[in-house]
Amino acid sequence: MKRSITRLLMAPSVILLLIWMIVPLSMTIYFSTIRFNLLYPGQNNFVGWMNFEFFITDPGFMPAVLNTLILLISVLIITVVLGVALSALIDKPFFGQGIVRVLLISPFFIMPTVNALIWKNMMMNPVYGVFAWISQSLGLEPIDWLSDFPLMSVIIMVSWQWLPFAILVFVTALQSQDTEQKEAAQMDGANGWHIFRYLTIPHLARPIAVVVMIETIFLLAIFAEIFVSTGGGPGYDSTNLAYLIYNQALLQYDVGVASAGGLFAVILANIVAFFLIRAVGKNLTV
Amino acid sequence: MMTLNQQRKFKTFVTGAFAWLIALLLFFPIFWMFITSFKTELQAISVPPSLFFEPTLDNFGIVQERSDYLKHALNSVVTSFGSTLIALLIGVPAAYAMAFNPTKKTKDILLWMLSTKMLPAVGVLVPIYILSRDYGLLDSRTGLVIIFTLMNLPIIIWMLFSYFKDLPKEILEAARMDGASPWDEIVKVVLPLSIGGISSTALLSIILCWNEAFWSLNLTASEAAPLTAMIASYSSPEGLFWAKLSAASTLACAPIVIFGWFCQKQLVQGLTFGAVK
Amino acid sequence: MSYLTITELQKHYDSYHALRGINLSITEGEFVVFVGPSGCGKSTLLRTIAGLESSSEGSINLDNRDITELASSKRDLAMVFQSYALYPHMTVADNLSFALRLAKVPDSEIAEKVRSVSASLQLDPLLDRKPKELSGGQRQRVAIGRAIVRQPKVFLFDEPLSNLDAALRVQMRLELARLHKKLGTTMIYVTHDQVEAMTLADRVVILNAGQIEQVGTPLELYRQPNSRFVAEFIGTPKMNLIEVSDVTRQDEQLSLDIGVGKIAFPNERINGPVPGSIKLGIRPEHMHLVPEGGDISGKIELVEHLGSEAYTHIQLDNQQTIIVKAPARSNIQDGQLVQIKLDLDEVILFNESDRVISKLAEDVSHA
Ligand SMILES: Nc1ncnc2c1ncn2[C@@H]1O[C@H](COP(=O)(O)OP(=O)(O)OP(=O)(O)O)[C@@H](O)[C@H]1O
Ligand SMILES: [Mg+2]
Repeated sequence: MKRSITRLLMAPSVILLLIWMIVPLSMTIYFSTIRFNLLYPGQNNFVGWMNFEFFITDPGFMPAVLNTLILLISVLIITVVLGVALSALIDKPFFGQGIVRVLLISPFFIMPTVNALIWKNMMMNPVYGVFAWISQSLGLEPIDWLSDFPLMSVIIMVSWQWLPFAILVFVTALQSQDTEQKEAAQMDGANGWHIFRYLTIPHLARPIAVVVMIETIFLLAIFAEIFVSTGGGPGYDSTNLAYLIYNQALLQYDVGVASAGGLFAVILANIVAFFLIRAVGKNLTV
Repeated sequence: MMTLNQQRKFKTFVTGAFAWLIALLLFFPIFWMFITSFKTELQAISVPPSLFFEPTLDNFGIVQERSDYLKHALNSVVTSFGSTLIALLIGVPAAYAMAFNPTKKTKDILLWMLSTKMLPAVGVLVPIYILSRDYGLLDSRTGLVIIFTLMNLPIIIWMLFSYFKDLPKEILEAARMDGASPWDEIVKVVLPLSIGGISSTALLSIILCWNEAFWSLNLTASEAAPLTAMIASYSSPEGLFWAKLSAASTLACAPIVIFGWFCQKQLVQGLTFGAVK
Repeated sequence: MSYLTITELQKHYDSYHALRGINLSITEGEFVVFVGPSGCGKSTLLRTIAGLESSSEGSINLDNRDITELASSKRDLAMVFQSYALYPHMTVADNLSFALRLAKVPDSEIAEKVRSVSASLQLDPLLDRKPKELSGGQRQRVAIGRAIVRQPKVFLFDEPLSNLDAALRVQMRLELARLHKKLGTTMIYVTHDQVEAMTLADRVVILNAGQIEQVGTPLELYRQPNSRFVAEFIGTPKMNLIEVSDVTRQDEQLSLDIGVGKIAFPNERINGPVPGSIKLGIRPEHMHLVPEGGDISGKIELVEHLGSEAYTHIQLDNQQTIIVKAPARSNIQDGQLVQIKLDLDEVILFNESDRVISKLAEDVSHA
């Protein structure tokens, strides 16, 4: 096929994505250098780095960066480790395998807002929640999850949502694992753990890279769960960058600072992406 | 002593029981939400939680009345299916071109596309908000469809690309030798052969759109709000309306959960992202 | 009259020069076989003819038309792939008729053509099956059928039989030969298998490292190779090569000292001046074990019994090993000392750059 046809076929995607990337980004860059508060319209003078200074010196800034990273890394670890274990567990046939699979992946279909509302109210509520009731039945003091462990609560919600995705991808990958290879290993005297450790895990290396990559894209932008459940609090304890910027923009109407923060988020995402894309890029067969 | 066969059976039993236990634990919140939606508000907050009660359908009626569930559900359907369809129409040709006519730059282009997905939405919230406002796309389904399309396009292209990549090249060459034009080749050979991958891509995209919350919350109000945004209105702290909340949540999730269950096999087959050989 | 003409064809992959100036002309109805070691560019040449690879330089002419830049779909060639490449989502009947449907041939005509092809390839009971419900041999026949229905200008085959078991291979080989006889269409066939090449070909093209080494009928290549590469490539087991340590000129002939004896070689069979260094080549089937009076002698190292014949590996007195084809039931044992007689007429000589410098014996005596 001719080069020109190839170009033609790719053009719509490339052009749209280019616009999608460049236009808002350059606007963000522009806004970040001017004074731009919706409460004081018309006073849009150039202010240089001031918005950045303002954003970085915000008391919420450091906690937000840390929370973003902690959230990202904990959820990645939880979902990948449990995902590998569970998908290996349900790989061999057993009674009701199909139903178990459906149950396991269901949380992925639940929208983040609902996810947060179920957990916040029906699970984690210190008085009426299921957890509280379990604690009480065991004779323990119920925990007020959202106030005492806000970030952990968010991590639980998000992991619950993304674990099924990891399971889905790993189950798909395991289906393609060579059974003859496993049989050969068994003939060589390998037990279940050996097979898991030396055959299954290496076989899953690329799917793991893929899961990490895709989850990272979404985890860096976690918003709805926090918005609906903790509202970023108490204090800044469960505020991540996305939520902090949202706060600036829509609650304090300071577009300039929000844009500076947005750029900061872009930079952070790019730092993470740089490593990730390189790792996954190596695994992409082009 | 157990025989080898018994041992094996025992092992299967233990794994099975364990898997069931975990699956039930992970599914419990959904189950609980479902159950609660049939309770009265009082039963919903009773301690200890009541498992046996007389189910009522009142909550669903109230939800429809209070927030016009059907309108929001329609918004969700239109935006997720619409944007998925458009993204496929744009993405299939691109993925096809990259998979079957790779150049040295193909890999870079693909990674660049993925990296646009790395741009955090908050980073561009304000400009998008302002642009939407200026073009009259705020609180409109068109606006959401455009955003959803662009948002998922990189992942869609990537999935399709890795799927096309795995098609045996010789079959396409055979078609070419048989006199197939590029168009014939796509329509009569590539699409039928990759129907599994395309439907699984479409499924994932629909699920992601259906559950998208950031743009839905920030760019829509009453008119175009999809279900994710409707639910957020139930998060208000005052008052404990768990039964109604559960009913609303059940209504919001049921379509996509059931859809997902039906297509589970399909989804599992397609989610390889080229990571499996 | 040349039907397919390839002129100065070059093909560069990114860093690899796969075809280095191919010139070839093929007449209509010819059965041409490409052979050569793995990686020499056979598939590349075939695929360039097919238009599946673009050429870097040079031109291809088919039936008085330059097709170098033409898309594969417009070249009117049919190809049978090693993996068969059947359309997995179509039934056998649909596979067979796909090209005709694309060409908008009327339905009744399609039905007629498919029927006749499926009858001749015994595909009738399989027409409604999908490719994955077929055996390897059946898939092969469908792939061939798919090529035949179209009545293309040239058939291209890339190792079509290599995925079949030995018996089926022999059978399909015969079917292909019969098919060629019946259709009379030009065929180009790539193979690794010498037997296929020798039995099927009107002409064989031997490729080596992206270049044509020699073109000729199977018998020409066997008897008159023009280089050591061709001489060694054709024939099983391989031709024996023996270093000539010293050449003495006598009146009418040369006396070649091969270390374990002297061989007389008529002067007139040498092309041009006698080079300083010479290698002597002789095929295993042109040497015979004799009780006495042989040209050279040695010790039997190993005997491979093939049933119909036996390959005897013999260590000569100067430690060099050669292979001699012996009759099946010759009474020979490992370790035995034997005498070997050479068919002197069949000896071939090579110069230091491995080109052949000898002429055929019968050409000389006729002259
Ligand atoms: N797409 C490609 N990119 C780079 N080099 C290639 C490509 N295709 C083939 N080659 C190289 O070109 C040379 C010729 O390949 P070709 O497939 O024609 O060999 P062949 O003679 O058909 O070998 P075989 O008998 O093993 O099929 C090989 O060295 C191969 O490595
Ligand atoms: Mg080849």
